Amino acid sequence: MTNLVRHRLFWPTVVLVVLLVSNLIFSDNFFRITLQDGHLYGSLIDILRRSAPLVLVALGMTLVISTGGIDLSVGSVMAISGALACLLIGDLSNPDAVGPVLLVIGAAIALCLVFGLWNGFLVAVLGIQPIIATLILMVAGRGVAQLITDGQILNVHSAPYRVIGAGYFLGVPVSFLIAAVAVGLTVALTRRTALGLLLESVGGSPTASRLAGIRARRITIMVYVFAAAFAGVAGLIYSSDVSSADSNAAGNLIELNAILAVVLGGTALTGGRFSIAGSVLGAVIITTLDITAVSVGVPVETTLLFKAVVVIILCLAQSATFRAKVFGRFGSGSRSGSPRAEVAA
Amino acid sequence: MAEQLKMTGIKKVFPGVVALDDVDFRLLPGEIHALMGENGAGKSTLIKVLTGVYDIDGGDIELAGQKVRFTGPLQAQQAGISTVYQEVNLCPNLSVAENIFIGREPRKFGRIQWSEMRKRAQVSLARLDLDIDVSAQLDSYSLAIQQMVAIARATDVGTTKVLILDEPTSSLDASEVEQLFTIMRRLRDEGVAILFVSHFLDQVYEIADRMTVLRNGRLIGEYRTAELPQMQLVSKMIGKELEALEQIEEHAREATVTERGTPIVDARELGRTGAIAPFDLTIHAGEVVGLAGLLGSGRTELARLLFGADRPDHGALLIDGKPHTVKAPREAMAEGIAFSSENRRTEGIIGELTVRENMILAMQAARGWTRPIPRRKQDELVDRYVKALQIRPADPERLVRDLSGGNQQKVLLARWLITEPRLLIIDEPTRGIDVGAKAEIQRLVAQLADGGMAVLFVSAELEEVLRLSHKIEVLRDRRLVEELENGDDVDADRIMQTIAGGATT
Amino acid sequence: MTVVTTPPTPQRNRSLLGGRRVYRPNTKHIPVLATLALLIVMYSIGVYNYDSFGDTQVFLNIFVDNAFLLVVAVGMTFVILTGGIDLSVGAVIALTTTVAATLLTAGWPAGVVLPLVLLIGTVLGLGMGAVIHFFKVEPFIATLAGMFLARGLALLINRNSIPITNDFWTQMAQKRFRFDDGVFISLNVVIAAVVVLIAALVLAWTRFGRNVYAIGGNADSALLMGLPVGRTRIAVYTLSGFCASLGGVLYSFYTSSGYSLHGQGLELDAIAAVVIGGVLLTGGSGYVLGTVLGVLVLGLIQTIITFQGDLNSWWTRIVVGILLFAFIVLQRLVTRKAK
Repeated sequence: MTNLVRHRLFWPTVVLVVLLVSNLIFSDNFFRITLQDGHLYGSLIDILRRSAPLVLVALGMTLVISTGGIDLSVGSVMAISGALACLLIGDLSNPDAVGPVLLVIGAAIALCLVFGLWNGFLVAVLGIQPIIATLILMVAGRGVAQLITDGQILNVHSAPYRVIGAGYFLGVPVSFLIAAVAVGLTVALTRRTALGLLLESVGGSPTASRLAGIRARRITIMVYVFAAAFAGVAGLIYSSDVSSADSNAAGNLIELNAILAVVLGGTALTGGRFSIAGSVLGAVIITTLDITAVSVGVPVETTLLFKAVVVIILCLAQSATFRAKVFGRFGSGSRSGSPRAEVAA
Repeated sequence: MAEQLKMTGIKKVFPGVVALDDVDFRLLPGEIHALMGENGAGKSTLIKVLTGVYDIDGGDIELAGQKVRFTGPLQAQQAGISTVYQEVNLCPNLSVAENIFIGREPRKFGRIQWSEMRKRAQVSLARLDLDIDVSAQLDSYSLAIQQMVAIARATDVGTTKVLILDEPTSSLDASEVEQLFTIMRRLRDEGVAILFVSHFLDQVYEIADRMTVLRNGRLIGEYRTAELPQMQLVSKMIGKELEALEQIEEHAREATVTERGTPIVDARELGRTGAIAPFDLTIHAGEVVGLAGLLGSGRTELARLLFGADRPDHGALLIDGKPHTVKAPREAMAEGIAFSSENRRTEGIIGELTVRENMILAMQAARGWTRPIPRRKQDELVDRYVKALQIRPADPERLVRDLSGGNQQKVLLARWLITEPRLLIIDEPTRGIDVGAKAEIQRLVAQLADGGMAVLFVSAELEEVLRLSHKIEVLRDRRLVEELENGDDVDADRIMQTIAGGATT
Repeated sequence: MTVVTTPPTPQRNRSLLGGRRVYRPNTKHIPVLATLALLIVMYSIGVYNYDSFGDTQVFLNIFVDNAFLLVVAVGMTFVILTGGIDLSVGAVIALTTTVAATLLTAGWPAGVVLPLVLLIGTVLGLGMGAVIHFFKVEPFIATLAGMFLARGLALLINRNSIPITNDFWTQMAQKRFRFDDGVFISLNVVIAAVVVLIAALVLAWTRFGRNVYAIGGNADSALLMGLPVGRTRIAVYTLSGFCASLGGVLYSFYTSSGYSLHGQGLELDAIAAVVIGGVLLTGGSGYVLGTVLGVLVLGLIQTIITFQGDLNSWWTRIVVGILLFAFIVLQRLVTRKAK
């Protein structure tokens, strides 16, 4: 029992279950899943579908955070990728042809890779603090997106493009499938190769990692590229879902939600150990929270209050100082400096 | 004469370690007193207790006859204890004058009087024979001047009774040291009690009136400098820990290296400014080379150069007889060189990873992330080394930070042994670990060398170096001063003599 | 600045002093000078290209339109000087305007509402500072929580824009200080100017101000030097909270409304202004004057884009991003050289 409680996914899971169950109070058929026109319908399906962009962004954010970094630019990258895709599809002679639409998608993601490289370059090569380095693209990115769409909300009518965000495959939402594939891919990439270990090592102790012969710079650049690529896909899903590119609304505040999802999932902001499952869970919790707010009938935005409380509680729980002060774990050893200070003469 | 400062029965415990155990210490007014000891002796802890950074778990502190107990650095300062740390603890972005006065700036109606402050700063630096532009930013000056500014700040309080200088000379050149000593003598003559910590024995003998020696958190004794020859001081600092270690036979010495061939590494005039003077060194396969020297003698710096952890700026390094520029650890690793750092916790293990992950890290790094070591192979390797090195608890999935120091050290050794290096550089592997683990690690080093691996063994304990090494390199003051073939004519006294600067007893 | 006078005992001191002092212009001033140069160039381009750009009122309007941002950025300057960051300022503006509008609509007297809303922001800042200091929570996260909290509260109070019709508020909003040739500034500008002046004096002439710099330079050293690091750090966030709520009040004067979505992304503008103004994001170096210049640069970009007519507003973001990049790299170079 105690092992179960101690598992780092225990509390996030409890939160999610409580949220889901509390929905029952307000809508009896919350858990009902029906089949209509060959599509699955129901609140739970809706949650899965709507979580997809946040799950994707949180995946990339998890990898970045595991190296001790942070990426504020994901929202802007989402906006850019959606904007570019919509612009290019608008130029297509036949927006309903699958081939050209795939090319467009490829182009949008390629652009995102470039932005990822840019972030990685600033952090790993120029040595700028991640939060500052990615702030640049966060500010400028939305401008670039608006530049692409000429400040308009670009509407697209392309059946293949629409599939990404709003389509169904075998009755299951395509966006959910994309997110699931991305999760699988990330898990495989980090846990089937040694990437996960090396990421955790770099995040855990950069100095020790260097002395163990790890190429930290290359790995750091890579995670920013991943983060941008996933953000790009998320941007495509979002813009496909609303059949338009809205450079202001796309990915608005998603960087903060993604960071929150990662922290909720038990990955510390200081880097090191990360949990992909935890981040996915965190993203689903946040989406569920928003949907719950709607079904309960309170304004969606009040979920911000809840998020604030969650952030505070989580951070305090993660803060060693807080634990020490409240639970007196380390007794009254040293007054200043870390309680585990090494004794050296 | 009445003591300015008197500490009796000081005890300080950290989780798992007794850092200070029943230590007495006293300072007389108008004296320069050296605090001596090796790594882990408790010097830093004693200073931090004295400056109010740590609270004590037992004992009494009396300042000018009054019992005191500080709750922070500020209280200690107000009571008249000022400290200048090794790393200049000032604010580089503020002006010289501000650094001297911040926190007690001259004010009128709450407004800082800048011109008055500059004037006073000028005066206070003039006392130290220093005439510089006090409105310039601190980091525009050399470290030596920054050190002087720190001293000016420490002594300007006016009420300074005790001045602590924690390794102030480590980044100064000879004439700067002389300058510092002049000031120290002047302050001493003004009645200040000065506590001086330095790794340079010559300096200690030049300036200190008396000295206190600590070892392993215990007081060894208090001596007049004039009455304690350098040889004896070194032996008191290093001590002899023979008990449990006798079981290792004089193994290494007997197995003399017959075939030499091309050395694995051949350093020619290799050096790095400020770290280690150019040195020559060859290491052959199957050879254990010991580096002996006190803390700060350049032993770690030498080891780091060979591994590419720092870049040399002088001389050449030949690997297998071919010139090689080792610019990064992974390049050294590609040549079969491994390095286990003395800073186990910050530069060695990665605490939040498991024993298994820590062990395979170097091998994995060498293979690159795309070629993971198959889990079965990992388990096999880890299992083998957990058994071979008797790592306790024998659970590869434990987090390394939960292991004791000795077991962490073994994990670190295993990490490098898994890479099957040709040259293993180990920096102070036996520091801070219990005697049993110490003996095991020593035995392991001997075995490895028998198996043909070359080992560069850095240690502060002479007995250990003597027992294991074929060849001993002695360092002093960041310089390799002597190379000794380990034979019957070489013993601890002989090495200590060299370390102590050739002084005869 | 860099001349070393002959030491009193030249023989001994030569090795210590001679040639050791490296010549270079005061690195602290480079970023501010760069911003000033940029500002002058931008202004000249504007005057050269557009008719009536040179009118005094055009320049003054930059202040009129950005007074609230200036006040917020001044608070942010203190925070960033200590090496921290405050993400909550935009949300605090929203909260302040919403609370003010709601209470005024409910008939509360302005004399009560005004101090009350200022107190709310200040207390929030105090809370965040306390969490940061006592529990060693990263400023980024603590103020992120503050941001969610403030924005959430504002939305809870009212999701819609509330017009403010209170007499005092209207008077304040319409108050103009006119000069001879018809040019004017609003009350907001005067308030912002006073805030800037006080902030500059505090930073340069008080112990608190110098402690802010010391903490940003090296917090560990500051602690060992016996400076009140914790108190100062908490004070800085409290101050930023106060400035944000004062900025909110100015914003409600400026727009005559309270709205829970006011000030979205304003924290980014404030941070950008501070950075472009030459304050080092890692702390310890910079001036309030620089921040003023930074706000002016942001305002001037908008003005130029308005005058150009065929340029769209998103160019503002792109240009700000490019400037941010340029100044961050400049900072990086300057600090690297100083090492």
